[in-house]
Amino acid sequence: MTLEIFLQNVANAISLGSLYALIAIGYTMVYGIIRLINFAHADLLMVAGYISFYGILIFAMPWWLAFLIAIALTTILGMAMEKLAYRPLRNAPRISALISAIGMSFLLQNLGIVLVGASPKPFPRPEGLVWNIHLGSVSFLSLTVIIPVITLLLLAAVYLVVNKTNTGIAMRAVSRDFETASLMAVDVNKVVVTTFAVGSGLAAVGGIMWSLQYPQIDPLMGVFPGLKCFIAAVMGGIGSVPGAMIGGFILGIGEIMLVAFMPELSGYRDAFAFVVLILILLFKPGGILGDHVVEKV
Amino acid sequence: MMSKKYLALLALVMLAAVALVGCGGGEEQASGDAAQESDVIKIGVFEPLTGINAAGGEMSLEGIELANKLYPEVLGKKVELVTADNKSEKQEAANAVERLVNENVDVILGSYGSSLSMAGGPIAADAGVPVIGDSPTNPLVTKGNDYYYRVCFIDPFQGNVMAKYAVETLGAKTAAIVQDVQQDYSVGLSKYFEDSFKELTGDENAIIAKVNYNTGDKDFSAQLTEVKSKQPDVIFAPGNFTECGILVEKARELGIEAPILGGDTWEAEEFLNRVGDLNDIYFSTHFTAEEPVTEVSNTFLNKFKEEYPDRQVNAFAALGFDAYMLALDAINRAGTTDHEAIKEAIAETADFQGATGFITLDENGDATKTAIIKKVEDGKFVYESKVDPK
Repeated sequence: MTLEIFLQNVANAISLGSLYALIAIGYTMVYGIIRLINFAHADLLMVAGYISFYGILIFAMPWWLAFLIAIALTTILGMAMEKLAYRPLRNAPRISALISAIGMSFLLQNLGIVLVGASPKPFPRPEGLVWNIHLGSVSFLSLTVIIPVITLLLLAAVYLVVNKTNTGIAMRAVSRDFETASLMAVDVNKVVVTTFAVGSGLAAVGGIMWSLQYPQIDPLMGVFPGLKCFIAAVMGGIGSVPGAMIGGFILGIGEIMLVAFMPELSGYRDAFAFVVLILILLFKPGGILGDHVVEKV
Repeated sequence: MMSKKYLALLALVMLAAVALVGCGGGEEQASGDAAQESDVIKIGVFEPLTGINAAGGEMSLEGIELANKLYPEVLGKKVELVTADNKSEKQEAANAVERLVNENVDVILGSYGSSLSMAGGPIAADAGVPVIGDSPTNPLVTKGNDYYYRVCFIDPFQGNVMAKYAVETLGAKTAAIVQDVQQDYSVGLSKYFEDSFKELTGDENAIIAKVNYNTGDKDFSAQLTEVKSKQPDVIFAPGNFTECGILVEKARELGIEAPILGGDTWEAEEFLNRVGDLNDIYFSTHFTAEEPVTEVSNTFLNKFKEEYPDRQVNAFAALGFDAYMLALDAINRAGTTDHEAIKEAIAETADFQGATGFITLDENGDATKTAIIKKVEDGKFVYESKVDPK
């Protein structure tokens, strides 16, 4: 392998890994606060993709406006979802909420098929945002630089919100114990809604970036990144925001390098993701940065 | 006062009834009562109408419906199309055929996608219902299945056509293969291309890179970087139009300039939308509007332009059209809806005039036909040349 080809692979790996990381952060944040694996998170990616798509193509908005509206609407959808599908089940066994999340995910997918049709649509790439960069014989999209920067910014933002603000303190209190937190005058409903709003906003950003990177959108487009980023979140230790980022990068870099060094194994990329997951969980059951799993007696 | 309430209630009940009938309409037709069954001949259609190959299934179904509009009757009875969506998934393909069998169809048409056809085939064979494939090109679809026939050519021929084009017209000495390991179509076609390419170049090592991906993948950067590092003269990448659209676009983004070749699945608007402004993209297909081969081609073309004025005529609609026409012809020749008789009639098909050419079925139930090579140019599929079978 020549140096150029290796560098090309590094560029590919950063671009894929940072995208996984970006989406995994949203997954893990919602889980960290309310202990719910929000399967519909993946479908919010799709919703954001479609809103941007229609904003740019049908309403002829500038791309940044379409993206902002997509983020806003997806955030509202996430909050509505919490109110309709999860809040009534808050005191039910955790498995019920999980099933409700899976139901929500199927609902969004099938609504998508009914409303916009099942066939994939080409997502527009705004020229001001996406262009090709050539460094010698290494070529990559501007997104390869943009996505990691956005991922790091959002990571820092989420970290600050959770650790430095009053809302963040309330969030952490709620994540420890719903009832005690509410006795301490924490408005649990408000905190959970805020968590979902932030999580859905992150999903929207992830969805837009995914659509720009792989510019083909369809109602089931969330399933694949949803699965991979869930794996990334679990690898990093679900509930841990920096962990999700590390997990995302490990997965992305691993997948690319597997193909780069063993091209004959290129059909087993997805299997690779699961093998790595199993190995990590064997040695660190809580994930790389996960809490120790201690059962309360 | 009372009567008003009753009226409101009655209105509600009626509304509910209308809604129920509206929902249940399809099923009612499907189950059918005994009196109706005798004057309707049911033709089942299983195509991917949702999922990754939805566009392919839609094109095929349009062709079938077109033919049904032109020729709605056979043996003096009305033909009823019963459609089952196989959702672009192998498991669902088996279910779809099962459903059609349960609804007592007399012959089944479909499916776009060799893997889907192969998953559905055995179920139809067990039930003794003959199937006419419109566009599945993998040889294993009909091999070992006495009830499966098809109106299209098969992959050993298609692979050879593209290898020949690569070597003789494009002057290639080396090639790279990028294949979807989950699609029998992609793996099969790659294999036939590889064999022909090695034979034509006389070089056992002419295939200098072979990389895989899975259906539904969106990231091909690593695979294509491997291909780029080997610098092949051409790239052969048969597969679903969805993945291939992204793949071809990515290849050009990575600065790979070699011509990229594919198979008949590339003839889809979704593919064109992606790669329309790129160069040196070639593929083989079954039909072209530029060279109507039979009188039926013209009938098909005229009807297609009348029904879908703003759509590009495509091979899948033409093949769907032909599959329906052959089914009707076979039922006519059999003179009955007895499944064995229809099957025998299909097997005996010779010089049948279809929109895509004259169809004669061999002992496997496969058609031998001319292949068309098209290329992408200025946002359109352009006719390049045609290759007759030996």
